[in-house]
Amino acid sequence: MLGSTNLSSNGFLGLNNKHWTFIFLAITLVLALFKGIFPEGLTRPPEFLVLPFADWINFFFVFLRDDLGLIYVSRAISGGVEWLLDITANLLYGKHRWPRIGPIPWSAIAATAFVLGYSLGGWRLSLISGGTFIWIAVMGQWKWAMETLSVIIVATPISVLIGLIFGTLAWRSKIFERILNPILNVAQTMPHFAYMIPVVVFIGVGPKAGAIVTVIFAVPPMIRMTLLGLKSVPPEVIEGGKMAGSTGWQLLRFVRIPSARTEILIGVNQVIMQCLAMVVLASFIGMPGLGQKLLQLLQSLKIGQSVEIGISIVLIAITLDRCTQAWAKRQPIHFPKGTSIFLRHKFFFSWLVLFVLFLVLGKFIPILEEVKRNQALSISSPIETGVDWLVITLDPVTQWIRWFLITWILIPLRNFYLWVPFTAVLALLACIGFRIGGVRSALICTSFFVLIAISGWWDRTMITVYTVTVAVIIAAIIGFPMGVFASFGDRSSKTILLICDTLQTFPSFIYLIPVVMLFGVNDVAVIGAVVLFAAVPLTRYTVEGLRNVDPQIIEASQMSGATKYQTLFKARLPMAIPTIMVGVNQSVMFSLFMVIIAAFIGTQDLGQEMQRALSFTDVGKGLVLGLIVSFIGLMVDHLIMTWSYSRKKALGIN
Amino acid sequence: MTESKTVISCSNIWKLFGRNPKGYLQGIPDDTPYEKIVEDGYIAAVRQVSLDITEGEMIVIMGLSGSGKSTLVRCFARLLDITRGNIWVDGEDIGKMSENQLIQLRRKKMGMVFQNFGLLPHRTVLNNVGFPLEMRGQGVHERHERAMEMIDLVGLGGREDYYPRELSGGQQQRVGIARSLAIEPDIWFLDEPFSALDPLIRREMQDEFLRLQEMLNKTIVFITHDFDEALRLADRIAIMKDGAIEQCDTPDQIVLKPATEYVSKFTLEVEKARVVHARGMLQATRNPEGSIANFSISGEKTIQELARTLVNEEFEFYPVEDSAGQNLGFLNRQEALELLIGPNNAG
Repeated sequence: MLGSTNLSSNGFLGLNNKHWTFIFLAITLVLALFKGIFPEGLTRPPEFLVLPFADWINFFFVFLRDDLGLIYVSRAISGGVEWLLDITANLLYGKHRWPRIGPIPWSAIAATAFVLGYSLGGWRLSLISGGTFIWIAVMGQWKWAMETLSVIIVATPISVLIGLIFGTLAWRSKIFERILNPILNVAQTMPHFAYMIPVVVFIGVGPKAGAIVTVIFAVPPMIRMTLLGLKSVPPEVIEGGKMAGSTGWQLLRFVRIPSARTEILIGVNQVIMQCLAMVVLASFIGMPGLGQKLLQLLQSLKIGQSVEIGISIVLIAITLDRCTQAWAKRQPIHFPKGTSIFLRHKFFFSWLVLFVLFLVLGKFIPILEEVKRNQALSISSPIETGVDWLVITLDPVTQWIRWFLITWILIPLRNFYLWVPFTAVLALLACIGFRIGGVRSALICTSFFVLIAISGWWDRTMITVYTVTVAVIIAAIIGFPMGVFASFGDRSSKTILLICDTLQTFPSFIYLIPVVMLFGVNDVAVIGAVVLFAAVPLTRYTVEGLRNVDPQIIEASQMSGATKYQTLFKARLPMAIPTIMVGVNQSVMFSLFMVIIAAFIGTQDLGQEMQRALSFTDVGKGLVLGLIVSFIGLMVDHLIMTWSYSRKKALGIN
Repeated sequence: MTESKTVISCSNIWKLFGRNPKGYLQGIPDDTPYEKIVEDGYIAAVRQVSLDITEGEMIVIMGLSGSGKSTLVRCFARLLDITRGNIWVDGEDIGKMSENQLIQLRRKKMGMVFQNFGLLPHRTVLNNVGFPLEMRGQGVHERHERAMEMIDLVGLGGREDYYPRELSGGQQQRVGIARSLAIEPDIWFLDEPFSALDPLIRREMQDEFLRLQEMLNKTIVFITHDFDEALRLADRIAIMKDGAIEQCDTPDQIVLKPATEYVSKFTLEVEKARVVHARGMLQATRNPEGSIANFSISGEKTIQELARTLVNEEFEFYPVEDSAGQNLGFLNRQEALELLIGPNNAG
């Protein structure tokens, strides 16, 4: 399947890439098959090669914190953030802090959400957004949800602002962009937990730490989108601005940034979704709110209540995503002449009326102000009954799946991964690298894994790699055919794309609920969660790849007398493969994230060590583990994207 | 054409794209062939161009895509810095201007219209047209008043509150034209302004443009890839190929005497009688021998427009006069008829 597209055709040391591929394949086989005769040092990274990266990082952090006094800076920053958090906390759930005017009645906030939804996306969106808040209030989760939201409200603008500034700087200075790019690559592939440990060291735990880690985590996509937006402003628009006699600053302020509006707002959307995902996970460092509740309930296996919380988080995710998407896509329209000021600002005025109305009504009808714990509805007991019934009914099936997976796939595969000498893995990577992208790729791939080998976490890494491999393969077995069949029809394609897009907005934590429900707390549940999470992008890109094939090619193949399946296999799939591979790439990235998150329900890989590092606030260890995960991700990303790019070029797509 | 001062003047200008264009250009002779430059990894967008544009003139720069015409006009406005040579605008070398001087120049003297309009999507028509005025710091009332004038001028009155997205292509380009005229520029650059429009609208916009030009009488540099458009609008046409100007002359002369093989390829399909004016075919001799008509014909008429006269009034020569009644010279009937119906092969 790998196309014969070599980036460097001249070859390395006089041999072409094909020769090198075979040489390294042979080395791999020799190292693996005859590992008994080679010294132990070729099987496992020998002790003297392992470098104490963690100690160095710790030393550096202690130096930053104590000798450079960065702790005072971080305390000052966190003081400012705390002040902001107190304001939102007071307004949203009545924390006793300045300005001491909250809490705003839940009904007034729900009305706000309703009007906002209506103004951005009509009735459907208003029902989703208003309904979300009504659900939260009625289910008695108001305070937790507001704790979560109060952090998002503070973190989002900060992230957006930082992202805009850095994005603009990167756009202004090529050098800055060159420096920033690899940092962003690593930052976007580092698992969430790796961010938390340094924050715990510098800030501590609790809401302000949660807010700050959220900001740090959400900034990279904003930088990327700002840069993309500024770069994609049509040159004629800029020339038009220049010819209007704009100065450099006027050009940025009046032409470039407004013209990049859509990309910047998509960046805002990504920031908000990242914030939500992180806020939920920040429960691990003592961030109160829905995430913390979910964590506690999952740990005590209270499935019914977990599902309730899960629904709330999902609803919030959908509301935030749909509203910001609608905002990004909204185009300005003019009002006919003579439209009155009330009609021009009808949304603002109707919001004002409704908001005041509910403020007043709340004073007279207490339930509109606050739904008390004993007034709240709960669907947890019917859910629990249903789930119990489901689990018992499905038990033979799940038991069999567990047994089959563990005995025939997981254990043998795991042992195999652990059995392979690390030198053979390095040689294999060189072989693949040469095949796909020549010397450069071979060097990139092997150096990432050499670093991992000398970090001293080889075995754990192999377990993570094995989990990801299994999960992605199962995800492909499920997602790929699903995508192919969905792509046959217009409606089914649209439906499945909508479902996938919606599923992708869910915070990763949510995916643990159904698998814990079905499999309990064990390694099959971990695989299950990872598979669920990884199947989404795979399905999505399969549909997208197959649907976006040039219709003329399909028509040509049909006119050649091809059947539906001949068209699929001979025309559509070959054209769609590069796009599908992008899906595989995302699937791997998602798996890596999920494997680490799922660690708290029991794994023996990098994730488990990461959890330990978090509980001991061991910055060095945490960052080393985070970087390892990032390196695995970057290596896969490099290989797949290089291949996909050269394949697309060969096929003349884009 | 009246005798008047030169507005834009450039001598031997070059624009190369590539890794180190300045250094590369220093090492090669001026007559290096285009292919050699491409081989060396550079793109020669403008080569050895020398041109003088006089006040009130409409010069059309014509060439196929990639011939460097858009680059050339961007060099005139210094949206791009040239690699070698000098460009003078009103006698000032724009290559030596500071960023600030350049901004002042654009704020006071230059307007430009773009192929894909280059409008700001988030601003209404009114605010798009008023944008150049806003940039130079004019007050809201003043600039709205001026913008409204311009909007009325291009026939978009009543649509000032629309957003560009809500307008058709032709209307959007009217906004682009209004914007470029808002500061009352002396020099007007139009970069393929009608190429993105469909043929019927294009024709309509050309008429509209001629009307505006007659009213405003600006110095115009008009870029197009459409030879017919060039013939229709131009005082002078400069035909570009591979970054160099192949020929720069009046439409009459280009059609009658194409300088190179490349130019003649364009003229091949043209119905010459519809293009060539009587004043373009004047006989050099003052008093030709042979029968001379006892009436004058207008130099502004095309040969096709004169067809009836040519057929009915059998004189060897016709006196030609300009719009002021001044005699310009004489038109040879035989030559004109040959242009009209083709050379006489049968006889």
